[in-house]
Amino acid sequence: MVKGIEIRTSPHLKRALNVQQIMRSVVYAMLPICAFAIWQFGLSAALLLATTTGAAVATEAWFSRLRGAGNTVADWSAVITGILLGLTLPPGFPLWMAAVAAFVGIGLGKALFGGLGYNVMNPALIGRAFVQAAFPVAITTWTPAFAPSRFVELIPTTLTAPFMRPESVTDWIAGLGVDSWTGATPLAMQKFQHVETPAWDTFAGLVSGSAGETSALLILVCGLWLAWRGCLDWRIPASVLAGAALTALPFWLVDPGIYPSPWFVLSSGGLMLAAWFMASDMVASPVTPWGAIIYGVFIGALTVIIRLFGGLVEGVMYAILLGNAAGPLISAWTQPRVYGAVKKVQAKS
Amino acid sequence: MSNGTSQDPPKGAGGTWRPMIARMLAGLRPASARPGGHGSGLLRMFRKRKTFPHGIYPVEHKEWTADKPIRRLPFAPVLVLPLAQHRGAPSQPLVQVGQEVVRGEPIAQAAGFVSVPMHAPATGVIQAIDLAPTPEGPRTMAIYLKVYQADPQQVLFDTGHDIDSMTNEEVVAAVQEAGLVGLGGAAFPSHVKLMPPKDAVIDTVIVNGCECEPYLTCDHRVMLEQTDALLRGIRLIMRVTGAKRAIIGVEDNKLNAVEQIRAKLPANLPITAEAVESKYPQGAEKMLIKSLLGKEVPVGGLPAHVGVAVFNVGTLAQIGDLLPKGRGLIERVVTVSGPAVTNPGNFMVPIGTPVRFLLNHVGTKPTLGQVILGGAMMGMSVSSVDVPITKGVSGVVALEQDEDDPARRQVYACIKCGECLKACPINLNPSMLGELAQAREYGVMAQDFNLDQCFECGSCAYVCPSNIPLTQYFRIAKSINRERKN
Repeated sequence: MVKGIEIRTSPHLKRALNVQQIMRSVVYAMLPICAFAIWQFGLSAALLLATTTGAAVATEAWFSRLRGAGNTVADWSAVITGILLGLTLPPGFPLWMAAVAAFVGIGLGKALFGGLGYNVMNPALIGRAFVQAAFPVAITTWTPAFAPSRFVELIPTTLTAPFMRPESVTDWIAGLGVDSWTGATPLAMQKFQHVETPAWDTFAGLVSGSAGETSALLILVCGLWLAWRGCLDWRIPASVLAGAALTALPFWLVDPGIYPSPWFVLSSGGLMLAAWFMASDMVASPVTPWGAIIYGVFIGALTVIIRLFGGLVEGVMYAILLGNAAGPLISAWTQPRVYGAVKKVQAKS
Repeated sequence: MSNGTSQDPPKGAGGTWRPMIARMLAGLRPASARPGGHGSGLLRMFRKRKTFPHGIYPVEHKEWTADKPIRRLPFAPVLVLPLAQHRGAPSQPLVQVGQEVVRGEPIAQAAGFVSVPMHAPATGVIQAIDLAPTPEGPRTMAIYLKVYQADPQQVLFDTGHDIDSMTNEEVVAAVQEAGLVGLGGAAFPSHVKLMPPKDAVIDTVIVNGCECEPYLTCDHRVMLEQTDALLRGIRLIMRVTGAKRAIIGVEDNKLNAVEQIRAKLPANLPITAEAVESKYPQGAEKMLIKSLLGKEVPVGGLPAHVGVAVFNVGTLAQIGDLLPKGRGLIERVVTVSGPAVTNPGNFMVPIGTPVRFLLNHVGTKPTLGQVILGGAMMGMSVSSVDVPITKGVSGVVALEQDEDDPARRQVYACIKCGECLKACPINLNPSMLGELAQAREYGVMAQDFNLDQCFECGSCAYVCPSNIPLTQYFRIAKSINRERKN
């Protein structure tokens, strides 16, 4: 009766949740955000997301073939990188530049380090940082949300030929007939003109900005779902947001005319998306529970400092990249205290 | 048995849309709601039960056997009694091949202080003293006892003690003579624990009725069915150790056992029964001390150093039963369960019964893939079902063949999710330790990351989404460090 039994080492039970399922959950959580981006910015946003995701997956497949250690596309992490990257770019970003960003993000940001699990920084942000430096004009060319023709025509810059500079969108926007378009995102308006966009508009996402970062509310809901699923460490988004709000608070109290309110800081720009979906990247964040909190507060504070005093309008990308770089150090500082550890007695001399 | 459901999510096989939809819907539920999920700490914070930080919540399936009374197992034709079935020096045989023995008669003596004697679990004849398979792998010496099936199998060999008039030294000696070891799985000679180090004073006896291992219910049944013997054993141990109080710690999935014990507690003695949270590894000595007393056993120290002695309920019930009769340990309660068992249950099993005999008795399914002695989290997977039940075996768990889902077994690189840090009951950094193990930095693991504190509960490997065999890495690292020291 008993034959062919196997020998294994304990533990003999295993929780069902695996890497692939975690990654797939993150993808599911981003789908509503993608849908909102497409509804808000139309065909261009759809093409942008498709391009970054496709390019990221293709790059992953190519590098995994080069390494010859099995196909790593199946772990879904490249899909996350692609979607995240697309969500952080302006909706009219030229597609060829978006593909470059995805290639650099996966190739330079992840594959060269050894693939999933070995990357030091968030691959999507590496890609975005690269194109921010390479194409500074294109990445700050914003177009209005809810343009009436968004489902019938593309933003003119989308189909820029490779290695060509995108044309100006000023005339195209003027032809749209959108009221009160200033060409600036709420963050830029606050920074340079000290005009704070109404809180509800930035929170709900009825403003212009990068394709997927506008609706803080939607991102919050998707992020909470992910945390509830156990696929995200709630400590990181919570401490990023707390760090940002607490850093912004004293300045706002001193001069609300110049400095943004903590509420505006939280709901505007890419902070919400970054806190829930980028800072929380497991691989690039500290592994210890206290480390996660220090890391989050560091990112939140740094974001606000860059926004208020730096040359850039948005600082969350560099804040996270710096946080990623500091991650191993934070982990080393916050090693857990082992059960029964005896307190070190100071030697008396 | 119709409740032999798998603990795994719907299988990935099948190309139709139906299972796909079902799987997608299953994927939308929170981790805490999924079978084997690791609940988020948020909701559990509001629960009142005493507990320790971290740990995991595996699916237990104790309901398969929890209500099944202990039944006596028939005698196998031949019992196999390894001389080394406890920690410490192997026993020395007192019998010769061909010699007839009666049930309960000593057949091997203790070889020193950290050793125990053995008694014949049945009336029969010594067939051989030869090598026998063990779950650990290497074959060791064992006494083969051919059972006289026609014999009424009464225990004819006992001396009888008046436990109330015995001195402490006599009790310690009697515990050793009875061949008693920790029945929770450690199989450490019980009398040694009754002699704490000179620099320690025992003020509390903790009685471990947690039984945190999935599937196992033998301690649960012992608490329900042998309550009087258990309380007798506790009183005796309190007297010998000089403890001022005793606390019986029971996981809150066995509240009927807590009630039963409370109903029978003598009013004049400082013995209490407390429910603790059902969480693995609550039954680990260090965890239970933390849960009940809030104290931590210092690194490198013993529970005695925080004034505690911990005994398993099964051990104390046997002390309470055997000492007054002056008998030796010849049988124990074993839970036989698992998805591959047809009729799971709790059995009073003669020591030395081959696992094959036991499995034949309960019946196994054709899907049987793995047989584990002990619990599914810390127990040992056996290569041969000819190994015998020894004093330390609390359960036999039979698992089904792994379903052919390669995605579940594929090992990924560590994604630093930190789940293992949140699972480790003694607060190690298994993620870091795992990376060091892959880099073969075994020395660093011990010096800087407390490898030696790991007691291999398996929680880290259980939660790891990358399927990294962390616990096995740590076992290997420890054994290499041991070899390097020598």
